[in-house]
Amino acid sequence: MARKLLLEHINVPGINTFDVYRSKGGYAAVEKALKTLSPDDVVEEVKKSGLRGRGGAGFPTGMKWSFLAKPEGVERYLVCNADESEPGTFKDRYLMTYIPHLLIEGMIVASYALGAKTSYIYVRGEMMPQIRILEKAIAEAKNKGFLGKNILGSGYDLELYVQPGGGAYICGEETALLESLEGKRGNPRIKPPFPAIAGLYGCPTVVNNVESIAAVVPIINEGGDEYAKVGIGRSTGTKLISAGGNLRKPGVYEIDLGLPVEEFLYSDEYCGGIANGKRLKAVVAGGSSVPILPANLFLKTINNEPRLMSYESLADGGFVSGTMMGSGGFIAYDEDQCIVRNTWNFARFYHHESCGQCSPCREGTGWMEKVLHRLEYGHGKMSDMDLLVDVSKKIEGNTICPLGDAAAWPVASAIRHFRDEFEWHVTHPHEATTRNFGIAHYADPLPKLEEAAS
Amino acid sequence: MLSVQDTNTPVTFSPELISKFADVVSRYPAGKQKSALLPILHLVQAEFGWTSVPAMDKVAEYLSIQPIEVYEVASFYTMYFLKPQGKYMLEVCRTGPCEIVGATPIMEHIEKTLGVKEGDVTPDGLFSWRGVECLAACGFGPVLQIGPEYTFYENLTTESVDKLIGDLKAKGNN
Repeated sequence: MARKLLLEHINVPGINTFDVYRSKGGYAAVEKALKTLSPDDVVEEVKKSGLRGRGGAGFPTGMKWSFLAKPEGVERYLVCNADESEPGTFKDRYLMTYIPHLLIEGMIVASYALGAKTSYIYVRGEMMPQIRILEKAIAEAKNKGFLGKNILGSGYDLELYVQPGGGAYICGEETALLESLEGKRGNPRIKPPFPAIAGLYGCPTVVNNVESIAAVVPIINEGGDEYAKVGIGRSTGTKLISAGGNLRKPGVYEIDLGLPVEEFLYSDEYCGGIANGKRLKAVVAGGSSVPILPANLFLKTINNEPRLMSYESLADGGFVSGTMMGSGGFIAYDEDQCIVRNTWNFARFYHHESCGQCSPCREGTGWMEKVLHRLEYGHGKMSDMDLLVDVSKKIEGNTICPLGDAAAWPVASAIRHFRDEFEWHVTHPHEATTRNFGIAHYADPLPKLEEAAS
Repeated sequence: MLSVQDTNTPVTFSPELISKFADVVSRYPAGKQKSALLPILHLVQAEFGWTSVPAMDKVAEYLSIQPIEVYEVASFYTMYFLKPQGKYMLEVCRTGPCEIVGATPIMEHIEKTLGVKEGDVTPDGLFSWRGVECLAACGFGPVLQIGPEYTFYENLTTESVDKLIGDLKAKGNN
């Protein structure tokens, strides 16, 4: 079994309390950083670790930190993005519920590295229980001298606050999150300027995902070089995967990046295979925004190499035959699931969550939802598939923030890989409303390579 | 599109509520009190069950901002109710991962059991329900949440929903 860097003590009774967390070596990273390292040293360790943003974009965290502007006399902020809303993703909820001090500890070390004296954890409003858990953990840490004035006698001061959101997927986008934290509608800002130059209240700001911040703890404890030894190539360290859908054992798993997807999906250590003895039809590997793949292309790349759970391997084949790591929101679909219905469901989600600022996204997501709805309910036309692809192409890349792309990719990829299923909905309108299109040739065992490529 | 429902019911904020507001405002730098808007609206909704226009006007006054700045926020975010709801608002996740493990049958069952359409309130004022987008609990679907505590109910079945509704009915307005 691989070593756990984040969830090693997750099953220890009382690990959500300061004392038990501390007895398991908790807050050692704060002591090490504040007593023996300079802020720049901490940034350097994170750079060496190769840690990439765990929220979805996969941008190197150390590099993001090094871009932070540091003008004299201007406040700097660290904001943790705990607005976890990407369909399929529930790892941050899990981490905050069961081991909240790991996030608090990471926030202290990261704030120290960035020179932030006030930091915020922006938690989606629906997670009120987690907000209460974090506030309790913050009070405990403050009581023990790990937050507040002159932490551990180092002269470093830090206040940490939890901010609830109001229920908007768009606030997971970092500039929308900052707008929301300023008490406004979550409309993403035009970049540049990037938050590293002008973020919260116009001040230099870093926004990092919960898991990225938590990963700073093992990086400081073990050293960036040691952390970088875990994983494969440029995908270093461990990753939390939220496994859901038709799986025997859904849940949050910490994996070494580079684990073969087949092992992740079928071994009893992880997902334990497909529920109810059914076969795998399709997988969304990294949250609803990433391209959906049929089982055969998911398990093996177009070059017939086993696919791995790493940023590079999941993206192998680009958008033609690959997908993305995204936020690690892993959704498995069994042979009975309807891809048209699922695509319509996701399109409705993006239409609902579009902030309405950019016309291509505001209008395009609505039309995609409408067209997919009529396909699913037996009123579709053969021309609808090309129409959908056309609309998706007109959204993609033409919006301020990536929500447009995120709305376009699931539709485009579903049509790319499952066009015959969409066509079946047009040619069998009555059946389409009464039963799903269970189509065996997408499911494993693997089809011939030529079929997959066509 | 959401619209803001007007009402003339006067609203008073208790000293306890005002002190909670002040605690929130203290988290931000001087002059950035508008940052407290979202948390304060949650406090208002927990107290009154929804965010009415008079309540929002008072929030605007408290934060020294224009009422429109409060309305535009309350109507943008899905968690704020712009009209009265049942005491127990059952919010069922309807997005992909919950859908493929049976969110729609759960919503149909709730509609049948409560006898009201999505967004409507039962005659006794106890219940309303609606489908909401992903609640980040995809491994434990279908799920629903009930404010203002946002307690979570996971791995729902029609039986567990019946039990939940029965328990809440027994609890009634207490």
